[in-house]
Amino acid sequence: MFDIDKWQEIFSTIRKNRLRTFLTAFSVAWGIFMLIILLGAGKGLENGVEQQFAQDAKNSVWLGSGMTSIPYKGHRPGRPIELKLEDYEMIGAMPEVEHITASMRGRQQRTLSYKKESGTYLTRPCMPDHWILENIQHIDGRFINENDIREYRKVAVMGLPVRDALFGKEEALGKYIQVDGIPYKVIGVFDDVNERDENRIYIPLSTAQRAYNGQNKLGTIWFIPRNKDARSSGLLMQQIKARLADKYQFDIKDEKAMWSWNATEEYVRIMGVMTGIRVFVWIIGIGTIIAGIVGISNIMMIVVKERTKEIGIRKAMGATPASVVGMILQESVYITTVAGYVGMVLGVLVLETVPDYIPESPFFRHPEVDFRVAISATLLLIFAGSLAGLVPALNAARIKPVVALRDE
Amino acid sequence: MFGRSIPGYLDLYLMIRLENIHKSYLMGSNRLHVLKGIDLEIGKGEFVSIMGASGSGKSTLLNILGILDAYDNGHYQLNGTTIKGLSETKSAYYRNQYIGFVFQSFNLIPFKTAVENVALPLYYQGIKRRKRNKMALDFLERMGLKEWAAHTPRELSGGQQQRVAIARALIAQPKIILADEPTGALDSQTSKDVMAILEEVNRSGITVIIVTHENDIAAMTQRVIRLNDGLIVPGHTEKVGRN
Ligand SMILES: Nc1ncnc2c1ncn2[C@@H]1O[C@H](COP(=O)(O)OP(=O)(O)OP(=O)(O)O)[C@@H](O)[C@H]1O
Ligand SMILES: [Mg+2]
Repeated sequence: MFDIDKWQEIFSTIRKNRLRTFLTAFSVAWGIFMLIILLGAGKGLENGVEQQFAQDAKNSVWLGSGMTSIPYKGHRPGRPIELKLEDYEMIGAMPEVEHITASMRGRQQRTLSYKKESGTYLTRPCMPDHWILENIQHIDGRFINENDIREYRKVAVMGLPVRDALFGKEEALGKYIQVDGIPYKVIGVFDDVNERDENRIYIPLSTAQRAYNGQNKLGTIWFIPRNKDARSSGLLMQQIKARLADKYQFDIKDEKAMWSWNATEEYVRIMGVMTGIRVFVWIIGIGTIIAGIVGISNIMMIVVKERTKEIGIRKAMGATPASVVGMILQESVYITTVAGYVGMVLGVLVLETVPDYIPESPFFRHPEVDFRVAISATLLLIFAGSLAGLVPALNAARIKPVVALRDE
Repeated sequence: MFGRSIPGYLDLYLMIRLENIHKSYLMGSNRLHVLKGIDLEIGKGEFVSIMGASGSGKSTLLNILGILDAYDNGHYQLNGTTIKGLSETKSAYYRNQYIGFVFQSFNLIPFKTAVENVALPLYYQGIKRRKRNKMALDFLERMGLKEWAAHTPRELSGGQQQRVAIARALIAQPKIILADEPTGALDSQTSKDVMAILEEVNRSGITVIIVTHENDIAAMTQRVIRLNDGLIVPGHTEKVGRN
């Protein structure tokens, strides 16, 4: 196949028919370029949504204290419904529940100080499993444990930014900070996936309830079911709500009496949306490829028509049908390959550079294109382009020289 | 009429032998019978012209001789080889080996230079670029066009283009030159120059067949074949006998 003479013949044709070559090349490069951008943008959207959900455990269920809005068995609406520590214990004891934590009601912004530094931060009372539900990635030292809860220890786990603000470069672990004037020992420093959740400290719930007069009331109960599919966790949530509705005497349909949120259901819903996006991107992508193929075959058809006379001349000079097909195919494969490669590289380049210049958005981050997908799409278009060139090439080879040579 | 009267051994001296050649064109449901039984023999080294009214089938006949088109019925022998139902590949081979074409509208490839155009038949013989371009330059020189080698056809006059085309027809050392109205697009002086070149080609031993409308052009050939309504006019297949 590699015949220098053949290539020279093709290069001289390409060189001397620049416009034609440019048009073919441009349509191929444009097709691939758009495809890469499209796939990259779709991926960016996907990454953004994924990131939104990476913040907390993807499969957790929330229950929160609320206020009734529907009359129920003689009770008037507007009655507060408050979760209690015993509810936490009841839910935590269920075999269907894997991890559980709770938080207190009321003000949570507190003044933290160490030596001369101080600041106001969210001070979140919680249970030992809390870090799992927050999806905390890394802890220096340790998190709150059962002993801390049982013994009402004054210990705190702080986010990196809090540590930096209060301690600067100084070691924080083992030191005491003041929380609204009460000393707490720093036992851990953590990293959260989401920076928003790092500007805070965690303290044992029991300690907080005793220190801030929280009695045994809870703000929220937050847990991860053992069966993490949307159906099981939805059923479990309904089951727990029914039990609590019975206990606190409210209508189970009263969304405001006890608010609840099932991240699994939400996640499944968003995953559905994402599948939709992916399908959409692929439909457009396939459309782009088809448009590219149609474009290439149109151009090849025009090219062959334009070259009919030339082909007739070549045949009169002894060109065989095979050499005619070879000439046209080799030229179109060469042009599509080079143009396809250029389009792909440009597309990847744009994906790599442009996001640096557009403002960050929570639902669009790090657009990228799977290299294998990019290569396969390019190869597909090259293959299709050649195939698109094949039909006109075969037609050209079939034209009788006498017909090709006839003056228009 | 020579017809079948020539004994078989004389075939050795025949370049072309046509027996009862028929050709019609299908135009929708109509059939246009153009050649209605052509019998013709042309000897090796002859210089022949074909004349006839417009539409009498001259080009059709020449295209069949050049294996550019197929005939429907009859028998065609070229240099001893029967030309019938050949594949396109085989036809291409015979065209390349035996025949050089000269057209009224020159039919040079517009984006190729003179030397590249001349070299084209050698490309299809698999001769390397360097060698074929050198040979092409020699042929252009013989046509007095050496300085024009690097020019594209549009930069050449009609006469120059036709000489490039003749160089291209000659380069593969064909046995026969077929020229369909080679002077049709040229003025009378240039026509005479082109005819002089063809005459010289013929003198080198190559059979030359031209189609023409002009009597003075036909008069420069050795024999005039007249076509009328798809048949050769017997009385008019005259020997001009210039040499
Ligand atoms: N491909 C074709 N399809 C249909 N009819 C054709 C075709 N080629 C030629 N003809 C018809 O066949 C007849 C002979 O055509 P041809 O070209 O052989 O004539 P010619 O003698 O060369 O005429 P001219 O002197 O005008 O060149 C004409 O009537 C022409 O219209
Ligand atoms: Mg004609």
